[in-house]
This record gives sequence, structure tokens and C-alpha cells, in this order.
Amino acid sequence: MTQAQAEPDITRARLAALSRPDGAAWSNDIRRMAEARVRTPGLPTRRDEYWKFTDPASLTQAEAPAAAVFDAGDEAPLYGGIDRLKIVFVDGAFDAGASDALEMEGVEIDLLSEVLSKDTHWACDLYGTLETRGQDPVARPLAALNTAYATNGAVIRVTGKAPKPISLVYLHQAETSDAILHHLVKVERGGGVTILENGPAAARFNKCMEIDVADGAAFHHVRVQGRDHERRCISHMFARLGVASTYKSFTLTANGVLTRNENIIEIAGDNASAHVAGAALGDGASGPFHHDDTVFVTHDAAHCESRQVFKKVLRNGAKGVFQGKILVKPGAQKTDGYQISQALLLDEDSSFQAKPELEIYADDVQCSHGSTTGAIDERALFYLRSRGVPEGEAADLLVLAFLAEAIDEIEDERLQEDILTRLRQWLERRRT
Amino acid sequence: MLDIKNLHVSLEEEGKEILKGVDLTVEAGRVHAIMGPNGSGKSTLGYVLSGRDGYEVTEGSAHLEGADLLAMAPEERAAAGLFLAFQYPVEIPGVGNMTFLRTAVNAQRKVRGEEELSAAEFLKVIREKARMLKIDADMLKRPVNVGFSGGEKKRNEILQMAILEPRMCILDETDSGLDVDAMKLVAEGVNALRDAGRGFLVITHYQRLLDHIKPDVVHIMADGRIVKTSGPELALEVEQNGYGDILAEIA
Ligand SMILES: Nc1ncnc2c1ncn2[C@@H]1O[C@H](COP(=O)(O)OP(=O)(O)OP(=O)(O)O)[C@@H](O)[C@H]1O
Ligand SMILES: [Mg+2]
Repeated sequence: MTQAQAEPDITRARLAALSRPDGAAWSNDIRRMAEARVRTPGLPTRRDEYWKFTDPASLTQAEAPAAAVFDAGDEAPLYGGIDRLKIVFVDGAFDAGASDALEMEGVEIDLLSEVLSKDTHWACDLYGTLETRGQDPVARPLAALNTAYATNGAVIRVTGKAPKPISLVYLHQAETSDAILHHLVKVERGGGVTILENGPAAARFNKCMEIDVADGAAFHHVRVQGRDHERRCISHMFARLGVASTYKSFTLTANGVLTRNENIIEIAGDNASAHVAGAALGDGASGPFHHDDTVFVTHDAAHCESRQVFKKVLRNGAKGVFQGKILVKPGAQKTDGYQISQALLLDEDSSFQAKPELEIYADDVQCSHGSTTGAIDERALFYLRSRGVPEGEAADLLVLAFLAEAIDEIEDERLQEDILTRLRQWLERRRT
Repeated sequence: MLDIKNLHVSLEEEGKEILKGVDLTVEAGRVHAIMGPNGSGKSTLGYVLSGRDGYEVTEGSAHLEGADLLAMAPEERAAAGLFLAFQYPVEIPGVGNMTFLRTAVNAQRKVRGEEELSAAEFLKVIREKARMLKIDADMLKRPVNVGFSGGEKKRNEILQMAILEPRMCILDETDSGLDVDAMKLVAEGVNALRDAGRGFLVITHYQRLLDHIKPDVVHIMADGRIVKTSGPELALEVEQNGYGDILAEIA
């Protein structure tokens, strides 16, 4: 077989293993068109420019590679002390028994599986819409695949200030589960909501979230991607921001054979602000670790601000990737864009590859970006030890200091404390 | 208290010998000063005693109250009571000064089998010591030494010393970069810690500091050795005549 034939075969094989759910006419149309966006250009391979640093093979192959279910023992659950509305998915299937009633003041919550069968629903304007817009200038066939085949998801419309966070909990119970979830979040004018996500979800997880943030609205997002070592995940967040709106997303990733998180943000209204941050901790000793953050922020309005803050701590051969772009369109004057991607390599086996990009077509803007790869500062380590702080604890302090800029992006203090606890536990487990 | 015998130290990478047989004993309750030309090995001595990487001890020994310093990790030396005020204190972005100090104090207390200090207890201790050294609350909240002026860094070193209450204090040019008033504050900080159970080794280039911290013994280090040891008057002699005469005398 020639190489030229191999790629369509991958796409064909993957699609053959799936069946398009049947719903209302409008959603069937959206699904059909999404599938066409998968067939052309076809699923990605390592040869795609956009996948140069991350091999998508295990994300595109027909069957999900098996992943052992991780037992966290009696570890306190994440967000345990936070009053939240829980929506639980087990291997991608909605678990009504484990979920709270889908009711909250100022918020409408539905399930995608039901919504797509309804003759009319507000979701028909959002489902697949931002994903489609996000295919340009770079195709994202795995996101189109999600739109075409997603089995379920949460469909959330926020009309006021949500009184508590909505918490999407993803449990993994079957070794070969292959979950495709698609969430829609529409925050109406002046509304505000915090979406929490946590858990491994499945052996392989393809997740898409489309987020429409209207004028003056606020979207906050904190995600923790689960303790399982063998899981694989591709996620896309597609967001569109209205005038004076806010988008803030933070992700903690520790463990996982392969994770690629994409954030595609279109700033469409003046005076809006988008912050995307991530902390990834990888330890190759517990299995391969490869983490890829791919971010594309488009400024298409004036007086807007965006920040990308991505930090990775890598050891024992763990691999990190960052691809980040700030695109400033003509007319997006007074843009304030910031991007930083940094890796702390705890040994020489680990590696970090970064591709930071700026593309600017407006003249009155302020954009900066930086990327660094470094080791623990030996002088700082010695200074701490000379004051009596044991080596392990001193190194942990320096790791937490390295991550601080990303953690600071979490606004809610309790959530910040929760994430810090997770980080400390990860570090403590690795202390010799 | 501190016993250094025939200490030979080379740079690990280049193999170059820096300390060429240092003999020095600091008794409890006494203040020893070390002076000496630039590059003679004074800071190296402090680093080697506190356990910094990059040096190889090829000969000799160093003991603190009988314990073999050279066999211990830096944090163990600190817990055993050794403290080095750095000539160039290190900036640590992202680590708050308070967090740092509290972690250090509690780590040492743990080793000694003492109860850890609660946040409130610690705050009380640090406030009092900081006031004495005229270190304002803002400096305590900032990351360790980041954006501190030269003098602030040195005062921060003394604050750490005051809080950790080590048995053997090595001060490496703590006076350099200090204005006259700050020098007095630092000297007061040091003098407040002087007692029968504590030893000091003060590395300095200037007599001025020794006006405030009166040494019992003054050593001259040159080319990796202690070449002359005498009373406080030796510092005055250096101040007036430089090292020329002393070095000529031993040559
Ligand atoms: N890590 C190192 N790499 C290379 N040379 C070093 C290193 N550490 C010390 N040295 C050299 O060892 C010698 C002694 O240095 P040291 O800092 O101990 O001197 P010092 O007496 O403290 O000088 P000063 O009065 O200027 O502070 C110098 O020649 C210095 O260049
Ligand atoms: Mg020196």
C-alpha cells in the first residue's frame, strides 16, 4: 500500500467503526455536514503541519486502545467542598442516578441526546457552528468528527448569574471505552457561569465544547483531567466572545498517555477578555506522558485583552508540546495580547517543544510572547536547603513557584486551593 | 564549636585548588572575623561548610560541635545549627518570603523533634524580629529577595538568622552594600544573638563593621590559607596599611 492511500484508509476505518445518531432533521443535517468536514481533509496524521509534535494515530485509529481503570483509593474527590450541580457521565454515558437534578435558577440544562431529537431548540444555532468557524484557517477534523458522532453532552443556557458551578464529572469504568461528548454553553447577555470538569472520562475521550459568550457575559472554566495513566484525550474548546465579555479557562493535567487540548477563541466584541491557562505535570515513570496545548486566539475587535499562560513540569521522559497563536485582525486596535509557555524539565530525558506565533495586521497593538525551557534553579535549591528545607520539599516549592502564574489565573480561591492540593499530592507521591 | 582542620578544597569541574589547608577553630561565645584579599577563598569556605555543590574536599575535616559537617546534606547542616548569610542572596521568584521562612523554621523544628509553629505563632515571631531590623510587612509578602535592594537582601539574611537562631553563624560580607544606618541595624541584630552558646564567623573587608560587632579574633586569609591570626587590632592594621605588609611578612 502506498502512503497516499494510507490516510483515507485511516479516516474510512475510523468512520466505519462509528454510527451517526439519528435525530431531528436539522441535527441530522448538521451531523452530515460535519462528517463531510472529516472526510475532507481526512483525519490528521503525523505528517500534518499541525500535528508535527504530536502523533494523532491513537486518537484516529478505529478502536480505542485499552486503558486500565485507575483506582484513586480513598482519595478525597475533587471539588468535594464546593457546592455545585453535578452532571455525571460514565464512559461517555449520562448517569442520571449519580447526577443532580438538571435544574438551576437562571440556567436551562438539557442533554444533547434529547436536544438533537427535538424539532426546534436554541441549540440548532450553536451546535457545530463555532466548530465550523474554527476549521479556518486550520482544519480540525477530530472536532468535526465529534460534531458528527457525539452521543451526548450537556446543553447549557445561562440567562442570569448561575448561583453555583455546573460540574461535569467524567468517570471511566470500562477498559476500552471510547467516549465522544459535545457540550454547548450559551451565556446570555450579562449572564455568568462557572463550568467545572474533572475525570478521565474513558479509555479514549474526544470532547468538544462550544461556548457562546454574549455581550457583558462571563464564562469561567476549571478542568482537571483525571488520574488515569493510560487514557487518551483530544479536546476542543471553541469560544466566541461578545462585547465586554470574559472567558477564563484553566486546565490541570497530571498523567495520561496522550492529551491534546485545543482552545480556539474568537474575540468578536470590543473590550472583551480571554484568558487560557494550563498546568501539566508529567511523569514518564508511570507510563508514557505526552501533553499538547494548542491555542488559537483571534482578535477581531478593538480594546481586547488575551492571555495564554501554559506551564509544564516534566520528568522521566515526559513530553510537552505547546502551539499557541495570537492572530490580530485588521481593525483590532489596542489589542493587548500575552502568551507565555514554559517547561520545567526535572531531568534530561524529558522534552518540550513550543511553537509560539504572532500574526498581527493592526498597527496599534501590544503583543508579547515568550517560551522557555529550563531546569530547577540549583542556586535557589541550595539557598532553600541551606536554611534547612529538605531537598524534596525545596524542589516542590520551586515547582509550585514555577506553576504559580498559571494557577493565579483561577479566580475562585477555593478552586485554586483544590488545584493546589492536587498539585501538592502529585509532588508528594513522587518525593523520594 | 566549629573545628576546621587542614581543609583542602578544589573546584569539581576544573580541579583547581581554592582552599589549600585551612585551619580554624571558633569557640562557642566568640566572634571571629576573616579578612583577606579578593579571591582568597573566604566565600568558598562558607559555601563548602554549608554544603554547596561543585566543590570537592580533597583533604581535611570540618566539625560542628563534634558532628562531621562534610558528611551531611545542606539541610542537615542547617538543622545542626549552621547558618550562612550569603554574600549574594538568591532571588526566588514565586516563593513568598513568609512561606519560605516558615517552611525553613518548621523543617528545622521537625528535625529537632519540636512542634511546628502555627501560622499565627510564626507571624508573631517574625513581626517582632522584622520590626527590630526595620523590615516592613510588604517585604515579607514579596517573593524571596525579588526586587529587594542590595541592602534589603542583606537585612533579609539577618532576619532569617534571627528567626532560625543557629548555633554557628557565618556572615559573608553582610556589610557590603549597607548604608551606615542599615549597618548599625544589622550589627544590632547580630549582637542581639551573641551569647555564650553561639559562635560567629564574620567575613568582611572593612573595619567599620567590626566597630559595631567587636570580634575576639581576626584572621587573614590569603590564597586559600589562614596566614595570620591575631586580636581585633589586626583589622585596624589592614584598614590602615592594606594586606601588603602582612603578605610580605609571611612570604
Ligand atoms: N564555582 C567557581 N567556578 C570558578 N571559580 C571559582 C568558583 N568558586 C570560586 N572560584 C574561584 O575561587 C577563588 C576564591 O573565590 P571566593 O569567592 O571564595 O573568594 P573571596 O575570598 O570570597 O573573594 P571576595 O572577597 O571577592 O568575595 C576565586 O579565584 C574564584 O574565582
Ligand atoms: Mg566572597
